[in-house]
Amino acid sequence: MGEVQLLALGDAAWTVQFGTLIDEATHARVMGFVAKLHVAMQADAPGWSLVRDVVPSFRSVSVLFDPLHEKAPGLGKVLMELAADVQSQRLAGRNWLLPACFDSEFALDLGDVAKRHEMQPKDVISALCDATFRVYVLGFMPGFPYMGGLPQKLETPRLANPRKVVPPKSIAIAGQMCAVYPDSSPGGWNLLGRCPIPFFDVRADPPALLAPGDTVNWYEIDRVSCLEMEARLASGELLTEKFLQTSEGLQ
Amino acid sequence: MSVFLEVVDAGSGNTLQDAGRFGYRHLGIATGGFLDPIWAACANALLGNALATACIEMRALGPKFKVVGGVLHIAITGAVNARVIRSGGAEQSLKSWHSVTLQSGDQLVCGPVQGGVAYLAVQGGFDLPEILGSLASNSRLGGNSIQRGLPESGLMIACHDAEGAKLQRADPFEHSSGSIRVVIGPQDDHFSKEAIDSFLGAKYSVTNDFSRMGMRLAGDPLKHLTPAHADIVSDGIAPGAIQVPGNGLPIVLLADCQTVGGYPKVATVISADLPRLAQRKAGDVLQFEAVQIQQAHEIDRSQADRLRRWLGMISPYQAAGYIDLTALYANNLVDGMVRADPLHPFE
Repeated sequence: MGEVQLLALGDAAWTVQFGTLIDEATHARVMGFVAKLHVAMQADAPGWSLVRDVVPSFRSVSVLFDPLHEKAPGLGKVLMELAADVQSQRLAGRNWLLPACFDSEFALDLGDVAKRHEMQPKDVISALCDATFRVYVLGFMPGFPYMGGLPQKLETPRLANPRKVVPPKSIAIAGQMCAVYPDSSPGGWNLLGRCPIPFFDVRADPPALLAPGDTVNWYEIDRVSCLEMEARLASGELLTEKFLQTSEGLQ
Repeated sequence: MSVFLEVVDAGSGNTLQDAGRFGYRHLGIATGGFLDPIWAACANALLGNALATACIEMRALGPKFKVVGGVLHIAITGAVNARVIRSGGAEQSLKSWHSVTLQSGDQLVCGPVQGGVAYLAVQGGFDLPEILGSLASNSRLGGNSIQRGLPESGLMIACHDAEGAKLQRADPFEHSSGSIRVVIGPQDDHFSKEAIDSFLGAKYSVTNDFSRMGMRLAGDPLKHLTPAHADIVSDGIAPGAIQVPGNGLPIVLLADCQTVGGYPKVATVISADLPRLAQRKAGDVLQFEAVQIQQAHEIDRSQADRLRRWLGMISPYQAAGYIDLTALYANNLVDGMVRADPLHPFE
């Protein structure tokens, strides 16, 4: 386990770095540090008023702040004191069981991914639905989750020719990760299906569906169910909370 | 009674900006905000606005507006030669760094921005709903077309009702010149000491690939320690960060940059130098100079002091009896004046 390092990201941000690779242990320390930082910020809001953003990533946390604030010179030291005895938080978030539709209209790269791994498409789907994914970080675009836990037998490089437009709500894989495109965007990941749930809605609180530390399991639904669910979610008849798992199963 | 700016021609590169959106980067949402917060503050100060009041930020070709519904007090800062076309047809050139009164029916033609960014502020600011705590344009967050960063013709932008304005002016706030100051790192360990020394001595030029997300530089490629050092596991990035991808050509990230990134960062531009960096144009030559964080904070404080002194130099001016060019050319060639007010040099 690496020593925690304090790195300057200019004069208005610090990066507190717990490691240089992606692994659950390092991410657990990231989540532990974020939790400790939020507790400190809530306990003394005026003292922390210089902080503008706390941005966790796979293996570090960047803290952006107002460089003209009187507490700016002392912030780095305070962050390192907090980082010194961080309690790893492995199970930091919520557990989701999310619907995935693998209809051919949405699963644009399923055939290629299956062929590459000498598998049948239905076995790719099973492997995806058997895995438990861990949200490491939101980035790239609002609400876009980088999730680890893709089974080794499904590891697939990014597309050599990225798409100019990926359809919104696309479930995608690349490298060792799984993600969902909340909205249309250029993108180089392999598209396997569609999730009817909005992953980013500016009117919701919080606006992003997932958060770092959450886990996600997928379950297969058919096209008709997918479209119906989208409509019921849009009308408010179906709430995203319904997809939170308890240890006893779906609520 | 509401006053509106109706977009007659959206121009290009024009967005609505304020100080930006804080507290949402962990969701993948860019901070956004003024590329040059200092010149935006100046435009606002000329109108008595709070310094971070939302302004229209102009790059490339400023918009053409029509004032609808009442009187509007505006101020422009930046390298723009704006014109007002009065409803009678008379044209008047509009000086930047001066507040001006526009009447209902006037057209405001902002024109091309001669490099960098310019700001159009309206007294009282814009009457628009904030999205996640800010009016800064973001295509991913909805709102009307200027809030998405793509204003459309016909868009009516609501302005707050302004109470009586005094006309004010000041000399332009001159940004400092010289090397752009940076704090080395966070991935300086991906480069040899020689490479970093050459980065700090090199002359780079600003390419045409220069947007609110970032500025690509041309010059001698910077070598990573090994090819493998050209990538990192993505970590947090911020405006000012200088990424160096595999091709060795630096990219300076700006206000609309993403929140995490996978290229190593050799250095980060200090906050104080981001405004003047944004005023550069394609073809300009840049050099970088390393400073310690404490120095960076001192530079930031002294720039803040310089802005405070500038605010103290704002002074009133009288609207000149302006020359009505239409009348001059069409009518009175002998005395050449339509109004008999004493003529102040319009410059």
